[in-house]
Amino acid sequence: MDIFGRLTIEAFPFYSAIAATGAAVTVLGALSVIAVITYLRAWRVVLLDWVSSLDHKKIGIMYVMLALVMLMRGFIDAAMMRSQQAIASGNDGYLPADHFDQIFTSHGTIMIFFMAMPFLSGLINHIMPQQIGSRDVAFPFMNAISLWLTAAGAGLVLISLVIGKFSTAGWTGYPPYSGAEYNPGVGVDYWLWAVLIAGAGSTMSGINFLVTILKCRAPGMQLFRMPLFTWTVFVTSILMIFAFPALTVAGGLLALDRTFGMHFFTNAMGGNMMNYINLFWLWGHPEVYILILPAFGVFSEVVATFSQKRLFGYISLVLATMAIGILSFSVWLHHFFTMGSSADVNSFFGIMTTIIAVPTGVKVFDWLLTMYRGRIIFKPPMLYTIGFLVTFVIGGLSGVLLALPPVDYVMHNTTFLVAHFHNMIIPGVLFGYLAGYMFWFPKAFGFKLNEKWGTWSFWCWIIGFYLAFMPLYVLGLMGMPRRMEHYDIAAWQPHLVVAAAGAFIIFLGIICLGVQLAVSIRDRRQALDLSGDPWNGRSLEWATSSPPAPYNFATLPHVQDIDAFWDMKQRGVAHQRPGRYVDIILPKNTFIAAFIGGAGFVFGFAMVWHIWWLAIVSLVAIALAIIVRAFDDDTDTIMPATEVKELEDARFAQLAKAPRNEMADDPGFAGGSVPEGST
Amino acid sequence: MTAGGSTTTETGSVPVSATRTYEERAFGFWIYLMSDAIIFALLFATYVVMLGNTAGGPTGRELFSLERAGAETALLLLSSTTFGFASVALAASDRPRVLQWLAVTAALGLGFLFLELDEFSGMIAQEAGPDRSGFLSAFFALVGTHGLHVSVGILWILVMMTQVLVKGLTRPVASRLVRLGLFWHFLDIIWVAIFSIVYLPGVI
Amino acid sequence: MDASGLPVERSIRPYLTGLGLAFILTAIPFALVATHALTRLTTLVIIAVAAILQILVHFRFFLHIGFRSTPWENLVAMAFAAILIVFMVGGTLWIMFDLHYRMMV
Repeated sequence: MDIFGRLTIEAFPFYSAIAATGAAVTVLGALSVIAVITYLRAWRVVLLDWVSSLDHKKIGIMYVMLALVMLMRGFIDAAMMRSQQAIASGNDGYLPADHFDQIFTSHGTIMIFFMAMPFLSGLINHIMPQQIGSRDVAFPFMNAISLWLTAAGAGLVLISLVIGKFSTAGWTGYPPYSGAEYNPGVGVDYWLWAVLIAGAGSTMSGINFLVTILKCRAPGMQLFRMPLFTWTVFVTSILMIFAFPALTVAGGLLALDRTFGMHFFTNAMGGNMMNYINLFWLWGHPEVYILILPAFGVFSEVVATFSQKRLFGYISLVLATMAIGILSFSVWLHHFFTMGSSADVNSFFGIMTTIIAVPTGVKVFDWLLTMYRGRIIFKPPMLYTIGFLVTFVIGGLSGVLLALPPVDYVMHNTTFLVAHFHNMIIPGVLFGYLAGYMFWFPKAFGFKLNEKWGTWSFWCWIIGFYLAFMPLYVLGLMGMPRRMEHYDIAAWQPHLVVAAAGAFIIFLGIICLGVQLAVSIRDRRQALDLSGDPWNGRSLEWATSSPPAPYNFATLPHVQDIDAFWDMKQRGVAHQRPGRYVDIILPKNTFIAAFIGGAGFVFGFAMVWHIWWLAIVSLVAIALAIIVRAFDDDTDTIMPATEVKELEDARFAQLAKAPRNEMADDPGFAGGSVPEGST
Repeated sequence: MTAGGSTTTETGSVPVSATRTYEERAFGFWIYLMSDAIIFALLFATYVVMLGNTAGGPTGRELFSLERAGAETALLLLSSTTFGFASVALAASDRPRVLQWLAVTAALGLGFLFLELDEFSGMIAQEAGPDRSGFLSAFFALVGTHGLHVSVGILWILVMMTQVLVKGLTRPVASRLVRLGLFWHFLDIIWVAIFSIVYLPGVI
Repeated sequence: MDASGLPVERSIRPYLTGLGLAFILTAIPFALVATHALTRLTTLVIIAVAAILQILVHFRFFLHIGFRSTPWENLVAMAFAAILIVFMVGGTLWIMFDLHYRMMV
């Protein structure tokens, strides 16, 4: 047995300038992170306060950091594709086909699994426990494992640029092309193990969030008093729990085919390739609702806060979310209408797909009616929300078109489809999480983001989006298939040039986001969030300090109504000093979760390169780590009441320095609850 | 704003009830079992879809043994019962009996695994391994995943026996045993589905 | 199963009852298959019914699931999982057999 499996020196990308550049950028990126931490002498802090932390707030921040880094990586893929297609009319462009195929595969894989999923997991992690008046999620240790397994998956995708290649089978990896016969190399294996390992993390997150919401709410926080963001998290976690098993099966069976020569999806010997597609999309459709529902939750919070008005139609929003949740399991065949099913089957799923558009429509009306007669404040989160409302509806309409099987026969796998799903994901998912990022940034870090750069980022993103994707609708109707590395129809090129220009403007939007962050950090002392409630917010996360104390709430709030914090402000009880402080239990830091993530990465790498002994060793290491943890009954630490009092005294002192109402300067301010403690 | 001077502190009073943690963990584990049920359901569906995909190779009728399936069923069913006896002993804080019944359960589980591994190796030896056909891939994946779960369960029983020996029947240990019980009974339920969908119809 | 997450069942009676019922519900289908006493279709139906009943026996006597004793969250989770299994497995079988008929896959 070869100690290195099939890993040889040829795995390094010296065969191509583009691949070598990608590898160099990745390696330099990793080295510069190490260099910056070393320069700031921050290794102690990074390791002892962050890598080993089980605090949901820190875990949330690390998730969002991963998402933003992978957003850049996935965008580079997009920019390369757009520039290639803009020039490759009647010629081969600059990207060889094999590279182009890896790029569209990694673009989709990264954006879905390593940008959107971590982004939503991060926002949920930080905010949801605060919104329900809890001190942490139900299972802090498992929460950390989820983070580090996701990072392990991202690591596999990143290292594929340096050692070996990535998959060329698309982010969906359909067999038989993705099987061992047609793709015996490491690319598909990198994709497969990255997805399976990160997927395990997401399943665990779903369980964690669900149990937290059902079992860890503060007194009085009945289900129908929870904020809408928490409701969407609730339904999202149900989807995560029940959909990811389908991906585990689809990917697991493909792994069995590739690793042990089995015949689940092979061309011959009794394989059934359509079953992969069936199983994959059984996961894949609920997955897109996993991506969008928390964004809908963010929009609900933002639209109410920045219309300075209670959210309209709370019950209908909750019921619509639940309807979307259950219906999302009944539409999956619409991803493969054209694969030969009978009219009965296609019609059933087509009808269910048109039905699922209805609850989202209900939500859009509820948001519009929240804005109606409100006093709108046009801060960046609200801009992203309004941009979403207009643009997402267009994408939804193109989806309803595609829901009709006969129409889909014409448009399937054309750029019309590509335009449709980007029309849902960018204005829907990404705008939602960018809005959430800007909305909750002060809560997480204690200072506000620069609004000018935030506004510019919005305009670049929305203009860039329209320029980049509206031509793709037209091209799809003109017959252009997706994933084309070059083409011969000259009439397509002008549209693709416009699309490339759009991609460039989006690039400017990303620059704006980066500048926004840099400028905000530089100017943070002028933009401190002293009250913890910079937007005159409505839900409980605004009751904590910014950033919150490790325990979030020194005394658990007693909730009496929807918009719990707004209600407390109205009743004048928002920032009351409690009569006494008690000791608070907090989870102890531990490196075991990060160790499990690291071992997961090693396991994935070993499976990719067929280094069987290492795969076994890493599995054993994970098992041992879990067993060691299971023997530890001393996993919590107690913060004594005196220390709690010190932190709380500091918090009240800070509150006293906070301006009367941080929103009062805004010309649109409508008046309303003044946070206690600001006189 | 209330005057802050009268706030007192109470060190040494641990407020959060530990029993709420056990409740959360049991519920969380139950939810995990629901997600596992989906995995098995889809493996069953795959099996049924691929029943006919024998690629000219052996079918269930040629390979499955009713006697072996019956023996495996008896072992697993008995092991669920003996785990129940261990649970009763646990509720009665009877440490020796807990260890005794856990040991019997593990032994019965090992007996089940032995029979199953014997079946698998026999099939592989007669060119009826999981790489022979789609049908056989589906069989090995479904029954093998169940067997893998049983193996993890046995390992978990051994870990718990060690914990009982080392720590005694503390509340954390008891709560872990409750979750292990849920796992073990769940696996017996999956086996009922396996013999009802794979072995019995395969032999008719 | 109750909400506490700690052991509560103090009698071995439910386990013995469960064992007995499960044994009967196992013996019947095994015997029918071994003796070929009934037609294939009838046998399959009896296997299915016996399996469902035995699973319910396991829920009741081994897992102590009851409408009153088990928290509503656990019951709803089970019901939801059951519904989804019907959707997913039913849908898979419908789709895959339809494809098999039309496309020979």
